[in-house]
Amino acid sequence: MAAGPMSPQELLLPVRPGFIVFTLITALLCNLLPWSGWAMWLAPDFVALIVLYWCIHEPRKIGFLTAWCLGLLMDIADGSLFGQHAMAYIILAYAGMVLHRRVQRFAMTQQILHVIPLLLLIDLVVLLVRALSGADFPGYAYFLGSLSGAALWPVLTQLLKLPQRPRPDPDRV
Amino acid sequence: MEHTPPPLFRTGPTPLARLMIFAMLSTVLLIADARFNYLSTLRQIIAVIVYPLQRLAAAPAAMGGRIADFFVSHSSLRSDNQRLTGQNLELATAAQRTEALVKENAHLRGLLGAREQVPVPSIAAEILYAARDPFARKVMIDRGLQHDIEAGRPVVDHVGIIGQVTRAYPWLSEVTLITDKGHLVPVLNVRSGLRAVLAGTGDDGKLELRFIPLTADFQIGDKLVTSGIDGIYPPGLPVAEVTQVERNTAYLFAGIACKPLAGVNAGTQVLVLGPLPALPERPVDTPATAPAKKKGKS
Repeated sequence: MAAGPMSPQELLLPVRPGFIVFTLITALLCNLLPWSGWAMWLAPDFVALIVLYWCIHEPRKIGFLTAWCLGLLMDIADGSLFGQHAMAYIILAYAGMVLHRRVQRFAMTQQILHVIPLLLLIDLVVLLVRALSGADFPGYAYFLGSLSGAALWPVLTQLLKLPQRPRPDPDRV
Repeated sequence: MEHTPPPLFRTGPTPLARLMIFAMLSTVLLIADARFNYLSTLRQIIAVIVYPLQRLAAAPAAMGGRIADFFVSHSSLRSDNQRLTGQNLELATAAQRTEALVKENAHLRGLLGAREQVPVPSIAAEILYAARDPFARKVMIDRGLQHDIEAGRPVVDHVGIIGQVTRAYPWLSEVTLITDKGHLVPVLNVRSGLRAVLAGTGDDGKLELRFIPLTADFQIGDKLVTSGIDGIYPPGLPVAEVTQVERNTAYLFAGIACKPLAGVNAGTQVLVLGPLPALPERPVDTPATAPAKKKGKS
């Protein structure tokens, strides 16, 4: 039926809402770390990654409002234009919700191929918004964060799935 | 009898409709912020919400610094001590000389009837983190409205100017660095006494002097200090050094590149200079040109 390789579906426990909140706050903290020099260009937008992850895996638990509010928080923290991150994150949330049945079916490499264009798309949206308000193109290093974000996707998927894996029952062989 | 869908299928507007609603909201915010600067109150409120996260995120680096401080070796402390004692002696003699000079200066100024130069108060602050905005050069410092900091205050380090407070939140403020594109500092060439305006390029470690005539006296190595004519930066603070002068007769202006003297991207300790004495009011524009025009025409 499907042409590409499919990942075997895992049976996972339901996600606790507290865990989602915890990951979102951790992502915010990662974004606020004092990055400098090349690390700043290379560091992915962790909030964008986590929003995309939860929109793909739990589209009923996280919605546009959460993504939008997180965007506003990031705008203040970065001192950027008010609404710029908010705009980017709701586009990610939409893409995640529309693609969530599709992306989960693919193996990791193909998932990354879905993630890269999405992250580059929101980079372009932000670039467009800033260009309209009179900023210069900051150079191609601007897109590095998205690529490193996509490279981080497999690690992130494994990490975020850990708490939902059922513990092996010692009574059963 | 009405047929409403069972709760399982009631999902509200479609994702596309929701995307449109939120995109409209974001656009309204963007326009209100970029064009009209309406949202400062909303910014203040959200800033208070983000504040604990900002402090928390900056904590590990600060702690790392403190731990590194603790494990400083004995020899480096001794060499530091020796160097600082020497420096202290030098500075003490300089300070004595300065004291004499200040007195003499005050006396001369009194004789001339010139306005006294008021010392500028300052507030020490620490850089928490650089904003992750590739389009701008900004840093966040840990002092804000609660510490009497407001937008427009100049920020310096131990060498010279690093930037200017552009937004003050309750406990934090945002400093736009002099390397930010569109940031201007009025400067004075120490050697030749020429005034110019130094503009940021958005590129770390590069500033440029714009609209300088080809024949103007600028040389590589010239020091630029603030001229103080803007009423924002106090006069005489070091800003930059000329690194490259390009005189191409094909262009109207000379291309002069400079590098900032202060550690714009390094260092964590800064001083926010307090309110400057207000400049005298601008003279009212008298319609001096109108009669002249009439004269010329008739």
